[in-house]
Amino acid sequence: MAKIEVENLYKIFGPNPSKVLPMLEKGATKDEIMEKTKHGVGVNNASFTVEEGEIVVVMGLSGSGKSTLVRCVNRLIEPTAGTIRIDGQNITELNREELRMVRLTKLGMVFQNFALYPHRTVAQNAEYGLEIQGVSASERRKKANEALSIVGLGGWEDSYPEQLSGGMQQRVGLARALALDPDILLMDEAFSALDPLIRSDMQDELINLQDEMHKTILFISHDLDEALKLGDRIVLMKDGRIVQIGTPEDILTSPANDYVERFVENADITQVLTAESVMKKCEAVAYLKSDGPRSALRKMRKHAISGLFVIDNDHKVAGVISVEDCKELIEKDSRDLTSVMTKDPVTVTLDTPASELIQIIYDLPYPLAVVNEKGRLKGVIVRGTLLGALAERGNVDDNS
Amino acid sequence: MTIPRIPIGDWIEAFIDFLVENLSFLTKAFSEVTENGLDWIEAGMKAVPPWIFIPLFALLAWRLSKSKGIGVFCLIGFTLILSMGLWKATMSTIALVLVSTLVSIAIGVPVGIFAAMSRPVYRVVMPVLDVMQTMPAFVYLIPAIPFFGLGKVAAIFSTVVFAMPPAIRLTCLGIKQVPSELVECAEAFGSNRWQRLVKLELPMATPTIMAGVNQTVMLALSMVVIAAMIGARGLGGEVWKAIQRMQMGDGFEAGIGIVIVAIALDRILQKLGSRSKA
Repeated sequence: MAKIEVENLYKIFGPNPSKVLPMLEKGATKDEIMEKTKHGVGVNNASFTVEEGEIVVVMGLSGSGKSTLVRCVNRLIEPTAGTIRIDGQNITELNREELRMVRLTKLGMVFQNFALYPHRTVAQNAEYGLEIQGVSASERRKKANEALSIVGLGGWEDSYPEQLSGGMQQRVGLARALALDPDILLMDEAFSALDPLIRSDMQDELINLQDEMHKTILFISHDLDEALKLGDRIVLMKDGRIVQIGTPEDILTSPANDYVERFVENADITQVLTAESVMKKCEAVAYLKSDGPRSALRKMRKHAISGLFVIDNDHKVAGVISVEDCKELIEKDSRDLTSVMTKDPVTVTLDTPASELIQIIYDLPYPLAVVNEKGRLKGVIVRGTLLGALAERGNVDDNS
Repeated sequence: MTIPRIPIGDWIEAFIDFLVENLSFLTKAFSEVTENGLDWIEAGMKAVPPWIFIPLFALLAWRLSKSKGIGVFCLIGFTLILSMGLWKATMSTIALVLVSTLVSIAIGVPVGIFAAMSRPVYRVVMPVLDVMQTMPAFVYLIPAIPFFGLGKVAAIFSTVVFAMPPAIRLTCLGIKQVPSELVECAEAFGSNRWQRLVKLELPMATPTIMAGVNQTVMLALSMVVIAAMIGARGLGGEVWKAIQRMQMGDGFEAGIGIVIVAIALDRILQKLGSRSKA
């Protein structure tokens, strides 16, 4: 079951939203509404789900409604229409006290500008949620300290936020959310205020933490590279509408419309494309068990290639053999492929990013084998296909 | 050409008469409490001999403000007051300011909090404050007399009316100034209204509230002089006496006394306010 379900969500800002809603439902755009009624459209008919343990990144430029959307999920902003379910419970119907309990127990939030309380120490900030829950002083200090050490801030408990750097402040923000051990983290542009190097570190750290914690994370970002890096799935928004929902690869390889296409044009494609997405099927291989030099040569000729991967009896890649190798073997009248092949060729796994592939393949005399975690050959990358795949996304040559 | 006279004055008079007749139990209670409190404080202050009070006050000023200069100023200033023979009057004035300020804060800070939390309250309170602050201070003296009669309580009443607006305004401002992201954060972590107020808004607003308290004290001090006209004694009473008898020297001496008290209180409170910011 989906952890968070958002269905037909609308948010209209202005004195009389219910009057504007029918116009939106008939398909009027944000600009038209603004012109005719002076009402602002925050979110326009948004529906999506977040599965348990998944990171979904809602991404869009400023004014696209993404921050409004995440605030509707915990009702910091009251949605105009639509439903939001968390663990199947309809959040929009809760009264104030019930809503408070959901916020208290299920939803941790991390803010763009950290939102730390300047009059409280790091530890007091981290234990804020627990304090609200009414946890005893010693218990909450213990949990807060645990959370702080998870984010790498052990030893800073008694400092004040203003004594910390931006990156460290946001770690406190993260610890404050984690201390409550919520199922769901809402992260509103959590890393946007940090400078690029620290931002990248924090992203890596979040990915590492997520491997252990398996939280359900709704992450808001205006940075496509961040979305591509963090998101299991990406929800792309424009003018309050959801334009496309999909995995990073979906978004890059089959953009839903021109807007998405223009958007992803500038993305660093090499970070997202993986070996799996640029490899091609291996048309022929030589089996150590059954193939000799003559049959290997025949396979090469048939597929017009100059080399073959040799697969051993455990179905693993044992080596690479070339036309010259085969000819040499035939002259010696031998059948033993292992004597001439290049042993233990370089292999990469399916999820190796294209940026690394470029370096590996650069001076490799034979094609690059892509194997799964068991070492079985899944595909092959030659320099041409890699460059082709990158060029197809228009990012290699004309990167002005 | 004449236009009909709208009898606003008559209406106000009728309204005040009505209040005096019907709310006398309240005014009497207020009168009773403040008069006793004031007498008690005044008696206490006057009971301490000046040669103990002055160094003690100077030490306190130094400690609170963390500034030696202010301590020295208090030491010299209050010795000067003593030598001018204005000691008793000064103690009365300080007691009057103290009580007026306490009452102003006791009413003003909660009203400021309500005004910050509720828009309707804000909309009602703000114009009332505008009137309170722009109305000439002397006008407050008039209704004070029918309510409380001539004397200290009437003086305190009009002083409170005059000095309270900054306490309300700056409390309200301080709370409204809390960054919206912090308020959102308090909400997102499930704080209820009381927790949000006590754990976030009041601590954040403290420097601003302290600035309001400082202004309240200064206004109370200036009003205490005006209130001498309706029977408040103290330094203001000395000034008033000097005006009536054309004794310029005495008038200036009392004036200097007021300035010394004002500077001492202002500097101490300012330092307190800026310290709570850190």
